[in-house]
Parts: sequence; structure tokens; C-alpha cells
Amino acid sequence: MDLMDRFRQGDRRALARLITHVENGTPVGRAAMRELYGATGRGRSIGVTGPPGTGKSTLVDQLASVFRKEGLRIAIVCVDPSSPFTGGAILADRVRMRHLQDDPEVFIRSMASRGALGGLSRATGSVLKVLDAFGFDVILLETVGVGQGEVEVVREAETCLVIEVPGLGDGIQAIKAGILEIGHVFVVNKSDNPGADRVAEQILTMLSLNPVPPPWQPPVVQTVATKGAGVEDLARQVRRHWEHLDAQNLRREHLGRRRIADLAEILKCRALGAASQRVLSRPEYSELRRKVELGQMDPYEAADRLLPFDGIEEWRLP
Amino acid sequence: MPDSQTKIRVIVAKPGLDGHDRGAKVIARALRDAGMEVIYTGLRQTPSQIVQTVIQEDAYCLCISILSGAHNHLFPEILKLLGEADVQDVLILGGGIIPPEDVPALKKLGVSEVFGPGTSTSDTVKYIREHVQPRA
Amino acid sequence: MKRTPKPGPLEKWERETLPRSLERMPERRSTFVTTSGHPVPRLATPAGGDAPAEIGLPGEFPYTRGIYPTMYRSRLWTMRQFAGFGTAEETNERFKYLLEHGQTGLSTAFDLPTLMGYDSDHPYSHGEVGREGVAVCNLADMEVLFDRIPLDKVSVSMTINSPAAPIFAMFLGVAEKQGVGFTKLNGTLQNDILKEYIAQKEYVFPPGPSMRLVVDSIEYCQREVPRWNTISISGYHIREAGSTAIQELAFTLANGMAYVQAAKARGLDVDEFAPRLSFFFNAHNDLFEEVAKYRAARRIWAKMMRDSFGAKSPASWLLRTHAQTAGCSLTAQQPEVNIVRTTIQALAAILGGTQSLHTNSMDEALALPTEKAVRIALRTQQVLAFESGAANVVDPLGGSWYVEQLTDQMEQGAMDYFRRIDELGGVIPAIEAGFFQREIAEAAYRYQKEIETKDRTIVGVNDFALEESPIEILKIDPALEKKQLERLSAVKSRRDNDRVRLELGRLREAATGTANVFPPLLACARAYATLGEMMDVFREVYGEYVEEATF
Repeated sequence: MDLMDRFRQGDRRALARLITHVENGTPVGRAAMRELYGATGRGRSIGVTGPPGTGKSTLVDQLASVFRKEGLRIAIVCVDPSSPFTGGAILADRVRMRHLQDDPEVFIRSMASRGALGGLSRATGSVLKVLDAFGFDVILLETVGVGQGEVEVVREAETCLVIEVPGLGDGIQAIKAGILEIGHVFVVNKSDNPGADRVAEQILTMLSLNPVPPPWQPPVVQTVATKGAGVEDLARQVRRHWEHLDAQNLRREHLGRRRIADLAEILKCRALGAASQRVLSRPEYSELRRKVELGQMDPYEAADRLLPFDGIEEWRLP
Repeated sequence: MPDSQTKIRVIVAKPGLDGHDRGAKVIARALRDAGMEVIYTGLRQTPSQIVQTVIQEDAYCLCISILSGAHNHLFPEILKLLGEADVQDVLILGGGIIPPEDVPALKKLGVSEVFGPGTSTSDTVKYIREHVQPRA
Repeated sequence: MKRTPKPGPLEKWERETLPRSLERMPERRSTFVTTSGHPVPRLATPAGGDAPAEIGLPGEFPYTRGIYPTMYRSRLWTMRQFAGFGTAEETNERFKYLLEHGQTGLSTAFDLPTLMGYDSDHPYSHGEVGREGVAVCNLADMEVLFDRIPLDKVSVSMTINSPAAPIFAMFLGVAEKQGVGFTKLNGTLQNDILKEYIAQKEYVFPPGPSMRLVVDSIEYCQREVPRWNTISISGYHIREAGSTAIQELAFTLANGMAYVQAAKARGLDVDEFAPRLSFFFNAHNDLFEEVAKYRAARRIWAKMMRDSFGAKSPASWLLRTHAQTAGCSLTAQQPEVNIVRTTIQALAAILGGTQSLHTNSMDEALALPTEKAVRIALRTQQVLAFESGAANVVDPLGGSWYVEQLTDQMEQGAMDYFRRIDELGGVIPAIEAGFFQREIAEAAYRYQKEIETKDRTIVGVNDFALEESPIEILKIDPALEKKQLERLSAVKSRRDNDRVRLELGRLREAATGTANVFPPLLACARAYATLGEMMDVFREVYGEYVEEATF
């Protein structure tokens, strides 16, 4: 039986293998994405981000447990950075997901950011769609909120949770990372530590400074994930956001935006792929590269010779 | 051997009650520094949790570290569950304190190699690169 | 007017400190001589003057040169080999064997299920019962373990941490059965939970409740078991996890201070409990650095206890320590060579002034030691004690420019770490932030890389290697697990289960409230409640800890 048939029959090993194909951008993966695309848009996606040390994995573990009690099938994708030097990564988010390890209706997948062309958001977006097509009701996506790349990743999800904790030093970390704007629900975790109320106040103040108040007012929830405290309330707020999305037809808008983004990404990737293939296979490429290396020619001139601007329109995409 | 485009994904697992994670952490770092993606399970995983992790993560290789002397119980249990799930294409390696005389029996069960104390991490890296089965 | 010159420190030591000590602890012989027949001085001191106050004199603040004025000239260190495997019967046999061969104290190794607070019949225990130590599930096992071992005469050390309180309650139960009053009991409970989070990872509960159980044991022993060493604050496992010598020193002393703070916060008097705190350090290959580590440890602890914690009694200033040679330095290759490594490490601990010592057996990189391997390890200590001459003089390396400089460096390095730990808010916040774990993982990886690049030579591993045939190792009979399970189930069917439920209920009350948990624990032990049952009460009340993985 082929991989896609097994996938459609609910074989988790086929699911896992298909994710590998999609992540690696293989022909099998591309073909599968085309086939599955129409079956996506059913499952709810939740992005979870925040600075390191805020207890995201534990919170995801607890939140997923609440949804499990309601009978929902859960997939979790944990993204961690790859080493820029070696390309390797250590992915250890599973360590904290102890409540879910023995549950056959939960699927956890770790991903390294890899930093490939086309971006992390494309790869994770595709993986989310594979999980959606497989039939998971809720797909949680956890990333370390440290940079623009991670912000893009979380935008893939229709509901974004931003996690803060008291005592991480000066002010709210999210402001620095620019992720305040994308949060639908804010969580002050480890709220049994001193200063939790102040962090919550700060977040509310920052949100109130927004010149155009959005129709959705992001709530701030306090939790102690290690003890499960406040997690029911968090799940309630997430559900409220779902209801809001549905009532306002915003979910359809979100999915529409994601589809356009997918198209743009696919085109960008193909264009880049086609261009580089065309350029790199030109016989004079290695000679020009050598000249640039030795400083005998500037890179702009070399680029003009390899890929003149007015040549672009002549490209024929396969 | 996979081509250079695909990342080798390795699980470093600590089954049983043993908390000695020095070796597991050293090997995890060495594999990462060799460009692999390492999924670390954390301590005290049951055989069934480890097998689920192998399946969900679609790992190429499973490294199991045991220093408690329970290897003759834990390895067979993990391999039995992998067999029941029809997982055939994962390279299984052992590490920790495992007496040489126990190794033949483990190999018969399906453990490819056992790396005892004093193994150089670069030997392990090389072994994994040469022995993992290709993924499409 | 004529002034009598004030006596110098050495003169004062000879006039006051030394005679007081000799009266209590006379020397082993009237004279010690070298093999050439020359007399061995008790203590070598700088010619024509006093040593700097930082170095001082043995038996005096800051104890750099040792905690007793005459050290091993009066009493050799306690030779204490760690032992335990299989069921209580096998370990009891091994204990008696060791005592017959001249060992002077017992040290109990428990199996992993016991260390994690599970009974032998728990699903997690399968395949691990009696593997790494002895399985103890209830008072019946403890009775067999110490059968015909007089607890008023033999000091017993028990390596147990998360379940230290229930295990100690069972031990007290055996003492009652032997008719030995608690005030006569002498021994040590490892009971050092902080290093579990940092290094050995045999934690069960979160740090807060764990510390409460430790302070309960300090409080209870102060009242009822006054000669018992309540915590053995251990650097051993920190080093085994891959730390450097400085990290071992710094993290261990930081943990020690955290216990002192916690006990003071309970309102206990530092001079009441501090003399019952003891330490446990590793002894690794780098001979002089190891010696310096022990000397620096004593000096830092004495200063901290006197100056930071306001201890007034000199007994509170003393850092008494057990030492064990470095298991992590042993190689599976050419295992006989480990005897040599162990000898150097044991010598380091002795020159460092340890109070008791365990020497590892040559086969421990392969399995638990055989009887023969254990005997050789014990003989190693005996050779050092009786043949080497190292025990005939106090602090023979004191005053060595190299060793004194290293001692200062170790102290400085530890102080730097104390500052960093303080900045993180103390030991527990630093644990929760993964600080120690990261520092150790980093050091362990660096060490491994050094071996692989041959920057560091390990004989028989990355140089001088050869093909070899395996040595004989100890096999644990799998039938022992069955035997243990049968005994456990027999006890469970024999005991009064209503009484067990009642006592466990009282334990829950104490655990939930603030009353000391020891009286109800002792009642549970007497009723033959199992370790797992008592630990489950704590697990329900306190929850279980999961660490953040750090690399």
C-alpha cells in the first residue's frame, strides 16, 4: 500500500514519514501537499510563543491535556533553532510533555528551524496542514519567540498565545521581540512568583496604547503550568477566541490570507529555484565567481552578466 | 546513506529509572555538532513511550543509554514493541555500562552496535552516518 | 618594665590545642619512624616562623591543614566500602564479609526502585530490582539487611536521598527491634536532595517540599538521634556527572549553605545542627588539585560557618568529609589499570585529610564489583594506611608552594561561583534556571572532546590500547527479583492492613500541615507500610518534579 493510502487510513507511521518528506521538500512531499491541500482548514491551530524559560512546553502539555479531556485529538509541533554553524539541533521539548506521552490520540513532532531557503514558516505551515489533513482537531505549534522568523511561524496559527513570566528582567520581553501585536491571548506563567500582577498590568497597558482597538480584546491569563493552575481558564479564553473568529467570519479571512501567503511562498521558491539553477549551470559561473573572490570584479557586475535584469521576463517556469 | 540534503534525525533515549545522563548528553551534543537533529527524550521513559517517540519523530536512529544494569530487560522490551509496530528501518544503538558478554544477545535481538565506556563520539557519529537507512 | 613576649601561634598550639587533643585521642604509637629509622615529625612547619593565618595549624581555624591536631597519627580514616545488591540477604552477607576483612564501617547502596521510592512490585521496577544495590520495601527487608549487625557498634551510612525520610524511619525501626536506643546510633544519611537536581537526577518531589523533608530530618535527629549525621552534602555525584574540581567544590559548599539557611529559617540553632552536617567529596586523578580541593573546602566552610552564619562552636566550623575515588575515571579497557588510578585517587583523599574513604573496584566500569575486586580495593586502603607512611605525619603537603597556591586558587574559584549563584537568587532558583546543569554539561563535553583530540591522555583508551580478553564480572541472579517480590507480597498479606491505612492517613496529615513527618513515618514503618506507600502519600501531597533539559 502506498504512503498516501496508509496516511488516509490513519496510519501514524505514514503521517510521520510524510512529515519527513514535506520537511525535506522531496518530490513525494510536494505531490502530497498538492493532494492534501483541499482537505485542510478543518483543525484549529494555536501558536504558542514567548522567551526561553517561560515554561512553554509545560503549558502546552497542560493545555493539550485540558483539550484531551474534552475528547479532542491533539497534534503538537515544537520548533527549536538549528545551530547556524553545524546545522544540527537538540530538540528537547518532549521532555516536559509528560501527560501526553502515553496517549494514542496525541501526536508530537519536533522540528529544527534549519534556516533553509523559503523559510521556516513555509515548512511549518506545510507540516501543520499535513496534521490538519490527518484529522487532528487542535494543532499546537510551539516556538521560541526570539526573532522575526519565529513571529512569522506563529502567524501560521489562527490563535496566538504569547507567554510571559515575572522576573525575567527589564520590562516585557515580547515588546522587544515585536510579538505583542500578534497575541490573541496573553499568558503570565509562573504567576506564583512575585511580580506576576505587575507583568499582567504592563501587558494590558501596552495593549491599550494600540491606536485602533481591534474588535478582539486580548485577555491576560495567569497560570502556574507546573501545577496546572489557570490552565482551564486559558482553554476557555482560547475557545472564546475561536467563537469570535467564527462569529465574525474572521476564520475564513485568516485561511484566505494564509492561502495567498502560500501561493506567494511557492512562487518565490520556484522562482529562486529556477533562477539559481539557470545561473549556476552557466559555464562562465565558476570563472566569474573566482574573479569576485579575488576582488577582480565586483559582485554587481558579475550578477549583471549572469542574470541581467531584463532577462527575468524571459524566464519560462516549468 | 541519506544524501546531504536530508537531515539525520536521531533519538537519544534514557529508559528505566537510571538518572545518569552524562553520557546521553555528551552524545547528544556530539551528534548535534556533527549536523544531526537530536531528539532528547528526557529521563525515565518507558519502552512504550520511547517507541511512540521513534514513530512520531520518524527517527533514523535510536540511541539507548542504560547504566543501571537493566539492559537485559529494557532492550528486549523496546525491540519487541518496535517489532509489534512493524518499525524495521531504524538503526538501534546501545550505550552505557553493558558488559561485553551481554552484547551478542542484544545484537541478536536487533541492536546494531553497543558503544561502551571509552568510545569516541566521532566513532559513533561515523557509525550512524554509515549505517542509517535512506529515507526518500 | 619588662614584657614577656606573646606566644606565637605554633607555641600556643603546642601548649594548648595539641595536649587537649592527645588526651582524647592518643596517637597510635609512641614514635613513628621512616624506613631509614629516622623519627617522623608530627607536623612539619616553616623554619623559624609561623605559617600565614590562612594556612594555620591542624585542628585550628580555618582548618586548612586538617580538622584534628594529630590526624591519622591518632586515628586512621574509616575504611568504608559502599555495598549492596540483590535482596537484603545477599547484602547482609557482603556486609559481614567486609567487616570480617577489616572494614570499619558499613555503607549501604540501594537499588534504583528504592532510590526513586518505588516498591519492587511497581511496574517501573521491573528489571531493576536488586541491580545497582539492595531492594528495601519495608521494615522486614531492613531487619534482614542488618541482621546480626550490632547497630550500637557499627556505624552505618545509607546512600538515599528523595526517600531518605521513610528509609531512615525503617532503620530506626530495626534499631528498636535490636533494643538499641536512638541516642546510641551512629551513622550517616546521605539525604542531600539538592545535588540530585544538579547532578544525579534521582529526585521525586519539587525542591521546596524536598527541602522541608530534609529540615524535618535535621530537627528530628537533633532531638532524638543526636549522634547521627543528618546530611552528607555530596560533591561526589556532581563530579561524576562531569563537573570540574572547582565546580564540585563550589556547588557542594553552596548546597551546604542552602541547608544551613533552610534549617536556620525553621528556627533551629546553628550550633545545634551544624556539627551533624558532613560532606562527601570525589577523589579524581589530578593528585595535587584534589588535595587542594579538600584543603580549600575546609577553609571556606570554617569561614562561612563562623563569619556568615554566626556559628560559635568550633564543632560547627569543622568540615568532616567522606571521600570516594572517581568512578567516572575508571576505564572498561584494561580494567586492572584501574587499581593504579584508584591508588592515586585514594592517596589524594588521604593527603587531603578525609575522615573516611571508599575505594572503587577495578571492574566498576563494567558492572557491580566482584568480591575479589572489592577486596583488592580495600587492600589498597590498607597499603596506604600501613605501608606508605602517608598516615604518619599531619598534612605532609602543607607549605608546598604549589599546593598552597592551588588551594588559594580553588578557594577563589569557589567564591566566584558563589557570587554567580547569588545573582541568580540562590541555589534553588539556579537549579530551576538550569545553571548548574548547564555548567556541568559544558565541562563534561569539553572533557570528552579533550580525550578525543588526544589533548588529554587516558591510558588504555586513547593511547597504549591493546586487544584484551574480558575479566570476570558479577552477575545478579534474575531469580533474586522473584524472591524479593515473594517476600514483599508475604509481608503485605501478613500485616494489619487497617493499621497501615490509619498510619498512612496520619502521615498525610503531617505532610499537608507543618508537623514533623518523622513520628508518623516511624509509626508507618513499624506497621510494615511499604516505602512505595509512604512515598505515594508525599507524591500526592507534593507532586512530582520534571526538569528542564539543559545541554
